[in-house]
Amino acid sequence: MMLIRCIHCGLRNVSEFRYGGEARARPDPNCATARQWHAYLYEKTNPAGWTTERWYHAAGCRRYLVVERHTLTNEIRAVRLPDGPQAGGS
Amino acid sequence: MSSDVPKKSSRRLSRKRIPKARYSALGLLRRGITGKSWPPLWRQHELAKSYNVVIVGGGVHGLALAYYLGRNHGIHDVAVLEQSYIGSGGSGRNTAIIRSNYLTPEGVRFYERSVKLYESLADDLNFNVMFAQRGHLTLAHSDASLRTMRWRAEVNKIVGVDSEVIGPMEIGRLAPFLDVSTETRYPILGALYHPPGGIIRHDAVNWGLARGADAFGAEIHQDTKVQGIEVESGRVTGVVTNRGRISTPIVVNCTAGWCTLIADMAGVRLPISTSPLQAAVTEPVKFFLDPVVVSGSLHVYVSQTDRGELVFGASVDPFASYSTRGSLAFTEELAGHVLDLMPALSKIRVLRQWAGLCDMTPDFSPIMGPTPVEGFYVDVGWGTYGYKAGPVSGEQMAALIATHETPDLIAPFGYDRFAEGRLLGEKGAAAVGH
Repeated sequence: MMLIRCIHCGLRNVSEFRYGGEARARPDPNCATARQWHAYLYEKTNPAGWTTERWYHAAGCRRYLVVERHTLTNEIRAVRLPDGPQAGGS
Repeated sequence: MSSDVPKKSSRRLSRKRIPKARYSALGLLRRGITGKSWPPLWRQHELAKSYNVVIVGGGVHGLALAYYLGRNHGIHDVAVLEQSYIGSGGSGRNTAIIRSNYLTPEGVRFYERSVKLYESLADDLNFNVMFAQRGHLTLAHSDASLRTMRWRAEVNKIVGVDSEVIGPMEIGRLAPFLDVSTETRYPILGALYHPPGGIIRHDAVNWGLARGADAFGAEIHQDTKVQGIEVESGRVTGVVTNRGRISTPIVVNCTAGWCTLIADMAGVRLPISTSPLQAAVTEPVKFFLDPVVVSGSLHVYVSQTDRGELVFGASVDPFASYSTRGSLAFTEELAGHVLDLMPALSKIRVLRQWAGLCDMTPDFSPIMGPTPVEGFYVDVGWGTYGYKAGPVSGEQMAALIATHETPDLIAPFGYDRFAEGRLLGEKGAAAVGH
């Protein structure tokens, strides 16, 4: 079973978390073009190797985390809080 | 054939249909008496410097494409490149269920053609693929899923596919070991019954198609890994492999699990994320389960093979990964759900479990057709429904490559549908149930 070390709650079972997909910058909704939205929504990296992604600790602190995970081995090398207003929660 | 497919060299022109030892009862008897060994199903070749068509991926899709290119369109100068052995990926890991009871009219028409091709495939290939149309039950445990079953049944009937919603009494008659009482945690309210659905021997399909493709002149190269795709001014010119370089005007990505990595080599980004799907098989027991039983709500599907083993499959793991290791959490959850459905199985032992990689698209429909790179075609994004569609994808992609016109049957599944907002939502019929 894969374990994720939540910043707030400590080492927890992956079944407590919800997968949030690849962490990527969202285009500015005020000025993004259709092409930029398409790239954001559909052009996945889907790497076979290290990837940075979002996980939501649904059965814990209910905060988003940014996790660096290897997609071939499921090894996790870093967990951090997301940048921006989400980090502290509100 | 247009100018994009260059005329073959004289060496290749002579290579049309290669005669094969025909399988028959008489042939079996004769070889039994004489002790003469059978010829190999397909030959081995040195990698040539060029091919008209290079197919990446030696699974059911790639082999079917090679077969139909030769059979229907006279294109024989074809190489199938497989990084391991044929059928080592999804084509040997799926749970071998064939059905056409989908949700969208586009999907139902496409998979119905596939069922029809599977029905005649053994005759066509002279190879027993053991297709057993024993019926397919998709259980509904809630009003919402019962409504989806009714929806699917009506769409199926309009397209001409045999599907009907049936009640618990009839479900109990078709599958006597199912608990259809109201005393369970998730009572069975009804089911979508699809009589033409069934199971097949997937290895036999792979081998039969490989033998058929070989007979039409295609070269099957195992242990041949694609390391790069050469693109010059927007069109494909060649493929780099661990066994050397090949020049070719046409590359078809027929891989599963690795399709985004292959597409990246040609500079094409796909809206796909890859997740494993775990399956398991039990010890063989006396035959008791005729139809395939699927429960979307319980994330499980069960069928009994001709050998008597029960094959279980689950839904895809809930995060992207290329890891094909099984997990205890999966086995526990699966066992619990199987026992919810069939309490009599409490003593049966699981022999082994495995995982296959599923390329999930946002709308649970595949991606078939040309890409922005000229000569680079995709037949990818097969999620959890690729095996059902092997022959039809090969047939339709072969028509596309030979005629340069997208056949109506696969037009809704084009690469450009995401940019154009024409998504084809098949989640209601493809997310869990197979």
